[in-house]
Amino acid sequence: MAFNIYDFTTLTHSIHVGLAESFSPVVATTIEWVIVGVSYLLFVALFGLFLVYAERKVCAAFQQRLGPMRVGPWGLLQTIADFIKLLMKELIMPRKADWFLYNLAPFIVIIASFMAIAILPFAPGLQSFDFDIGIFYLTAVSSVGVIGILIAGWSSNNKYSLIGAMRSGAQILSYELSVSLSLLTMVIFAGSMQFSTIVEGQRDAWFIFSGHIPAMIAFIIFLIAGTAETNRGPFDLAEAESELVAGFHTEYSGVKFAMFFLAEYINLFIISAVAATVFLGGWMPLHFGNLESFNHVMDFIPPVVWFFGKVLFVIFVIMWFKWTFPRLRVDQILTLEWKYLLPINLVNILLMALVVLTKFHF
Amino acid sequence: MSEIREVIINNDRLATDEYLVNMGPQHPSTHGVLRLLVRLEGEKVLNVQPHTGYIHSGIEKMCEAITYPQIIHLTDRMDYLSAHMNNEAVALCVEKALQVEVPDRVKYIRTIMDELSRLASHQLWWCVFGMDMGALTTFFYGLRDREKILDIFEETCGARMTVSYNTPGGLMFDIHPNFQKRVKEFITYFRTKLPEYDKLLSGNVILRERAEGIGHLSLKDAIDFGVTGPSGRASGFSCDMRKHQPYSAYPLVKFKEILDDRCDTLARYEVRILEMYESLSIIEQLIDNIPEGDYAVKMKGVLKLPEGEFYQRVESARGEFGVYIVSDGKKNPYRVKFRSPGFSNMFALNKMAKGHKIADLVAIMSTLDLIIPDIDR
Repeated sequence: MAFNIYDFTTLTHSIHVGLAESFSPVVATTIEWVIVGVSYLLFVALFGLFLVYAERKVCAAFQQRLGPMRVGPWGLLQTIADFIKLLMKELIMPRKADWFLYNLAPFIVIIASFMAIAILPFAPGLQSFDFDIGIFYLTAVSSVGVIGILIAGWSSNNKYSLIGAMRSGAQILSYELSVSLSLLTMVIFAGSMQFSTIVEGQRDAWFIFSGHIPAMIAFIIFLIAGTAETNRGPFDLAEAESELVAGFHTEYSGVKFAMFFLAEYINLFIISAVAATVFLGGWMPLHFGNLESFNHVMDFIPPVVWFFGKVLFVIFVIMWFKWTFPRLRVDQILTLEWKYLLPINLVNILLMALVVLTKFHF
Repeated sequence: MSEIREVIINNDRLATDEYLVNMGPQHPSTHGVLRLLVRLEGEKVLNVQPHTGYIHSGIEKMCEAITYPQIIHLTDRMDYLSAHMNNEAVALCVEKALQVEVPDRVKYIRTIMDELSRLASHQLWWCVFGMDMGALTTFFYGLRDREKILDIFEETCGARMTVSYNTPGGLMFDIHPNFQKRVKEFITYFRTKLPEYDKLLSGNVILRERAEGIGHLSLKDAIDFGVTGPSGRASGFSCDMRKHQPYSAYPLVKFKEILDDRCDTLARYEVRILEMYESLSIIEQLIDNIPEGDYAVKMKGVLKLPEGEFYQRVESARGEFGVYIVSDGKKNPYRVKFRSPGFSNMFALNKMAKGHKIADLVAIMSTLDLIIPDIDR
């Protein structure tokens, strides 16, 4: 089996050829689906656990603590222990909750996250779908999750849950707009909605550098709106624990709560991965125009490392927001979106169009 | 179309209705077991009705069965964050009744301990205020510094929170030899850390946006509701007992009474931050000049107050704390009533929170700095 850390197409191709030789096409395709599905599940579970651990360590660093230290070396096994605890916990359902919707909600939330993760290019050849409308698909499926949150809040038959869900609905629907528009700005610049094309287009310089001012504005807007869309602080109104106990997932326990919890961290990963792909070059190494030797050294670092390095950087920035800022109020959050981010975004799109028209970019 | 409208109007399940939410007794932001009956219209608060009594422990009634020095230990358990001030109020009241003059050393130490308690209380308030606003990091910054004060308490009184350091006629025991050194160390340390509080929270644009103009409590309302302490002073109500009825060593020190006439959440926030600076300066003026002498006056084995009524007010960290003792000449009081600041402050909540959002209600409640055992007693 040909394995090349710089290009996974050889690996996937050899697996495909090997399966096609030994099985009938239907069986081979089914096996491939299973392999891809299981790899995504494994990745999400492990990366989710890692993100929980990272969040606790980052938060501890901001709060002058050590964070988990007891279970395993430097507390590395803490999140696994917590996960096992969540799996073993009793599932409690409020008596007057809507049985069907109550049980459906966590699945909708987590399926939406899984659908979005499928489109992300991790490295050359490490991407399950490469639509020509990739970004459009991403914005579409990432807004499905809010339905799950609304259903969770509604079906729990808890007043706090309902308030949390309504807040979340208002917030995510508004910030969806900013996320889409800032991505649209970059689509104008890249001239494509396909993720592979977008990443290829950053071979000479990442979009945040080549698109200079409008790209940077779009990046900042995307970070703010993305944080809001993932329901994270300072926009964590939906689960503001000092006001609404735990917001929309107040009545969920055990593994159903774990699903919401996991979905939150997958969404964090997705937002960071999209930011890294569209603005920071995805798996593309850092290249500077004519510095051949420098570019060569950068190429030596595998694309997967580049991708995850950038993703973790953006994740760290988003965590930084959460652990330093107070929470916004619900009217302020909508004011920020509709009175500031949206107009800035619209002007920014015009600016980007001008930049592209006049070819005033690198 | 008109049919649909009729259905909407006639079917009361579709008609819009007020939302009645029970905040508490088990709720993360009520800091204990306070129950708020909140009427909501969407996010807007229409009415807040506090229900108290969930942690009522009958302290006032218990006082009737015990002797005066024993009352001290019960007052710790009321407002546990200003335990020392509560102790002092009882001690001063009994001393006033018996016409005992305590040595200067006692006065100085009492004042220093008062201000240390006030600092510790305001630090904890700052922690939880940040938490209520959603800035979780403040909690650890505040507790880090509060720990230093509690260590000093532990060394001198043997207890960290329920100090019970006062006794009628003086103090339980003398200060620890390290006391002065450690307090001075703490002052230099905290003077460098206090600006961090401003950097982390006070200057934050989100906090200012959320706090400015929210929870307005006019001077008239503050007086009507009897809102005292930092919350009252933020409405421009000059109510500092340390200024108006100086006790212990307060007549000897120079300090400003922090007043603010903006009357909103931000004003209440800033008054407390500035009070921390004032407390530091009060301790600085006293710590080097603690006179030599006895730490207590020799009192009788069994204290019997003369027949009559006695009242003493002190400024606790939350406002005016009063002790009213009715004595019939026996060794235990006939009736004891505590005037706790939290009780009066809490009932201004409805006035302040009406018309604001739920998040503002939490912030306003936090700036009132409620301690539930202080309210329920």
